[in-house]
Amino acid sequence: MVLTSGLDKKDMKYKVNEKGYYGDFGGAYIPEMLYPNVEELRQNYLKIIDDADFQKEFHQLMKDYVGRPSPLYLANRLSERYGANIFLKREDLNHTGAHKINNTIGQILLAEKLGKKRIIAETGAGQHGVATATVCALRNLECVIYMGEVDIERQAPNVARMKMLGAKVVPASSGSKTLKDATNEAMRDWINNPVDTHYIIGSVVGPHPYPDMVAIFQSIISEETKKQLIAQTGNDQPDYVLACVGGGSNAMGMFYHFMDDENVKLIAVEAAGKGVSSGLSAATTYLGKEGVLHGSRSILMQTEDGQVVEPHSVSAGLDYPGIGPQHAHLFKTGRGKYVSITDEESLDAGLLLTQLEGIIPAIESAHALAYLEKMEFKGGENVVICLSGRGDKDLDTYIKYFNL
Amino acid sequence: MNRIKQIFELKKNILSIYFTAGYPNTDDTIRIAEALEKSGADMLEIGFPYSDPVADGPVIQASSKKSLDQGMTLKLLFEQLKDLRKNVTIPVLLMGYVNPVLQFGVENFCKACAEVGVDGCIVPDLPMVEYEEFYKGCFEEHNLSNVFLITPQTAEERIHKIDGLTNGFIYLLSSSATTGKNLEVGDTTESYFGRIKAMNLKNPTMIGFGISDKQTFDKACAYANGAIIGTAFVKAIEEGNLEESVSGFMKKFKD
Repeated sequence: MVLTSGLDKKDMKYKVNEKGYYGDFGGAYIPEMLYPNVEELRQNYLKIIDDADFQKEFHQLMKDYVGRPSPLYLANRLSERYGANIFLKREDLNHTGAHKINNTIGQILLAEKLGKKRIIAETGAGQHGVATATVCALRNLECVIYMGEVDIERQAPNVARMKMLGAKVVPASSGSKTLKDATNEAMRDWINNPVDTHYIIGSVVGPHPYPDMVAIFQSIISEETKKQLIAQTGNDQPDYVLACVGGGSNAMGMFYHFMDDENVKLIAVEAAGKGVSSGLSAATTYLGKEGVLHGSRSILMQTEDGQVVEPHSVSAGLDYPGIGPQHAHLFKTGRGKYVSITDEESLDAGLLLTQLEGIIPAIESAHALAYLEKMEFKGGENVVICLSGRGDKDLDTYIKYFNL
Repeated sequence: MNRIKQIFELKKNILSIYFTAGYPNTDDTIRIAEALEKSGADMLEIGFPYSDPVADGPVIQASSKKSLDQGMTLKLLFEQLKDLRKNVTIPVLLMGYVNPVLQFGVENFCKACAEVGVDGCIVPDLPMVEYEEFYKGCFEEHNLSNVFLITPQTAEERIHKIDGLTNGFIYLLSSSATTGKNLEVGDTTESYFGRIKAMNLKNPTMIGFGISDKQTFDKACAYANGAIIGTAFVKAIEEGNLEESVSGFMKKFKD
């Protein structure tokens, strides 16, 4: 993780400015009830993160508890198939099975420093919920997880894990009953519990400073990747870096230290669902317009009247109608290329990886893998893909789709 | 002179009623406004619905959802409000979230408000800094008041800043909560209300969130220029004859 105080001006092109904005995006669009909480966080997060004790504790837990550094694996059979050197950043091997734990460890330590006694979080696929419930068990803090009713049904194993870890799982039954609505419910909880509660947002979304804070905690992904690339290829700059994007936390962690390396192509893969024009999609940059969602100005799927449109994706973790403000900035400036992959393409890519490399990926991560089919390589390019999570939670979906 | 400023000069214990536009039925907006004025409301807050109303509790959320499902939009609301000033003379504010305003266009929104005779706005998720930089000029040009919220956790310095930016009234949340909770004036609430009163703000104050009956209304009026009722009213007009429900509800607040 970077020491934020070490950043100098030339690094700031794609990072947050002092007003909480990335170009046109970001800010803190929150009701007054949330202002004291968010302001407390804004004033303290960098100070706390830069503190030597915090850094030490964070890195110790990353190593001994999460199992970092996660391997950068050169996937030989996959490389052969596509004619490029394909490296998988194995976030699926982290404790709890996804990149989400990087952020929850960081935020729980931060919540402790702020003297908070109660933790709330939203979850889509359940990965962030599990990662939050895990760190709450670890640090003995009360934990309440908001999860859409629809997601509770399609991610039953993760619900069971959260309960076993001692968390209370509260179903969000408004709207589409998925991640967006779980986020609304968590924000309402925070409004009603303004003093003792910390809200661990799971992605690079929400009011400033959340997008920046979560990106900093997730940036350990690209920090490690650079070192591993040097060791394995002698060059810390690959040709391509790919990651899937729902809200965009694994992608932001994967892109973070490559953003200023302008010759490294960043590719963010959104969920097209049943097709971008099918009406059942979560391809935000393709279907969305600029607006405000969950506390920040970004790009979101909405009607002409400014009502948020219900997204669709086979993967609960990508089923979100917006993207983080930093992603909106990378998209608008052209620094990142934003593409999309359908439900079927992602499931096929998931099975392919399983059979070529013996790794069952989360359907979220399979979206990034699926984009390899659409790329053309001269041969010998270095490609890094963030394998953000493992597929155990998705077995039901895979089994049904492939009639296994 | 703006109708909001006027009412505070003319009256004490202002009773302001919130309702969701297009609820229970799309065409009820003007009917409710007229019925409320007739039954003695001093001020109206018309909510334009939003799909993700994070500051609202279940009752107002549900009314917003039903209204949207029935086809309500901000554009349609302004069409309905063309008839607002035929029979409604009391101050009217629009209340809603920032995204629909952004999509409508801030300039267009202010213009449309002025054209139909809306006097002010409450946009809970519009931050003060954004208002100052991008909205204030336009609001002032169209003689619109912008009302900010404060909670028991709002710092004194910030309250003064809000007071400086507001030119209608300040919306005092009785506690930090989503809408629809009951007002319990315990020691902490009392000291908070007292603290605000002692600050001698230039703007009048209205207490909102948790006011549901005569008793809670009177309690609120002891500390502020009046109070705002939302959830209890929205609940009261769910069913039955609209005009009767409105006058029945308002009777409870008469001496």
